[in-house]
Amino acid sequence: MHLISIDDLSVADIETLFRLSDGFLEVASRPIKKVPTLRGRTQINMFFEASTRTLTSFELAGKRLSADVVNIKASGSSVGKGESLKDTILTLESYRPDVMVIRHDRVGACRMATRYTNACVVNAGDGSGEHPTQCLLDLYSLRREFGVLEGLKVAIVGDVLRSRVARSNVFGFRKMGIDVRLVGPPTLMPPGIGEWGVPTYETLEALVDVDVVYLLRMQLERAKGRVEPVPSLREYSRVWGLAPAKLRSGQRVMHPGPINRGVELTGDLADDDRSLILQQVESGLAMRMAILYHVLAPHGEGDAAT
Amino acid sequence: MPTDDLSEAAGAVDGSLAPVGKVLLDRERLHRTLVRMAHEIAEHDPDVGAMALVGIQRRGVEIAQRLASHLEEFYGARPATGAIDITFYRDDLDNRGPAFDQPVVHSTSLPFDVQDRRIVLVDDVLFTGRTIRAAVEALFDYGRPAAVQLAVLVDRGHRELPIRPDFVGKNVPTSRTERVNVSLEEIDGRDEVTLEHPPDTR
Repeated sequence: MHLISIDDLSVADIETLFRLSDGFLEVASRPIKKVPTLRGRTQINMFFEASTRTLTSFELAGKRLSADVVNIKASGSSVGKGESLKDTILTLESYRPDVMVIRHDRVGACRMATRYTNACVVNAGDGSGEHPTQCLLDLYSLRREFGVLEGLKVAIVGDVLRSRVARSNVFGFRKMGIDVRLVGPPTLMPPGIGEWGVPTYETLEALVDVDVVYLLRMQLERAKGRVEPVPSLREYSRVWGLAPAKLRSGQRVMHPGPINRGVELTGDLADDDRSLILQQVESGLAMRMAILYHVLAPHGEGDAAT
Repeated sequence: MPTDDLSEAAGAVDGSLAPVGKVLLDRERLHRTLVRMAHEIAEHDPDVGAMALVGIQRRGVEIAQRLASHLEEFYGARPATGAIDITFYRDDLDNRGPAFDQPVVHSTSLPFDVQDRRIVLVDDVLFTGRTIRAAVEALFDYGRPAAVQLAVLVDRGHRELPIRPDFVGKNVPTSRTERVNVSLEEIDGRDEVTLEHPPDTR
């Protein structure tokens, strides 16, 4: 079983992942934060793009499940010597891993990897394609905070064009009955956005009745020589940047990280009680344990036979 | 003296197509059995306030609660109680075919200090013993108990590990293919233990 896109999962699957995550959250609160569930399984994390959160999260998740975890980062690996993705996968397949967690800068890389390995492939972000595990942990964070997902109103704000998080979250949030809207400069909305079926707005006035504001990072590393989409970061932060005063008391703020203090949000908002950003990270570890557990087991529900 | 009143259950209680089985313990006998077990637990060590009853999800948790209530009623102190879910400790996660049902995970909660405490694990049915092994392993991740004992409502035999119960409600010899069903008021709407024969082999 692979997890390449959020569409690979049904609503029932996602509910199962919530339940599993609750169990793994409890494991994280113990003195011995480990269970023997994936003992002896091999997990290879292949990260061809930078990451702190996702890589650490997946590494710890596998280790706390007692799996053997290996991290491969592009810099310092043979990819720097010109080895292709296909050859990298084939080489590592010789170790017969049970699961490969892959982050790559090209859309479709994970889908392609499934052709060359028998391992379960988990997409940890493929270019500006998708980031299904981020979507799942965001849904879990929302579930922990609000209890019920159906009917929640969430606004996703910022660089939607280059954001794989936005893509997965729009698909995934709507699947769970969340009312999603997009807010940001028109230059940062993808062409064909009309077909996504979500309303788009240009200013923060659209936030007035939402429960949660989900901020996206300005993706400067994906600009790469193209025309700048906004005149300056200062202008961006003035029009679309969030500060405590721009939020009602009941509203919450989320961000997939890493945050740019002073750009998408002010420093004091990041440290505010209404920020769920650190809760997302905690939820992310539990959810990634749930994902690893789930992809390495077949589907179906039932009580344990003794 | 109460007689051994095993009786045939004449089909389903609630009108649905439930398999026919023998009633091993009805409500009345179940109650008396738990009362007797509570006395046995206290007989071993009367300091009930210092011990803990840890139920194994799912029905073991309810049984542990009932035993705790009886102990409080008869001996004046309520033992600490907790619940363990063994899903992440199972030894059969490798033997998965398409027909395997992924177990539903419930919660583990041990709101007391495991260290140096007498702990009685509580489960509804003891069969191969693998669940108990997993529960002991899980328990040890929380600390080092002074002693671990086992209380089960039904021991149906067929052990595959060297595990034996300290307190047993009822010993029921069974064949491998039979099933022992424990129903509890809090979960299933009634108190009853039945022995079910598989449909083909009669």
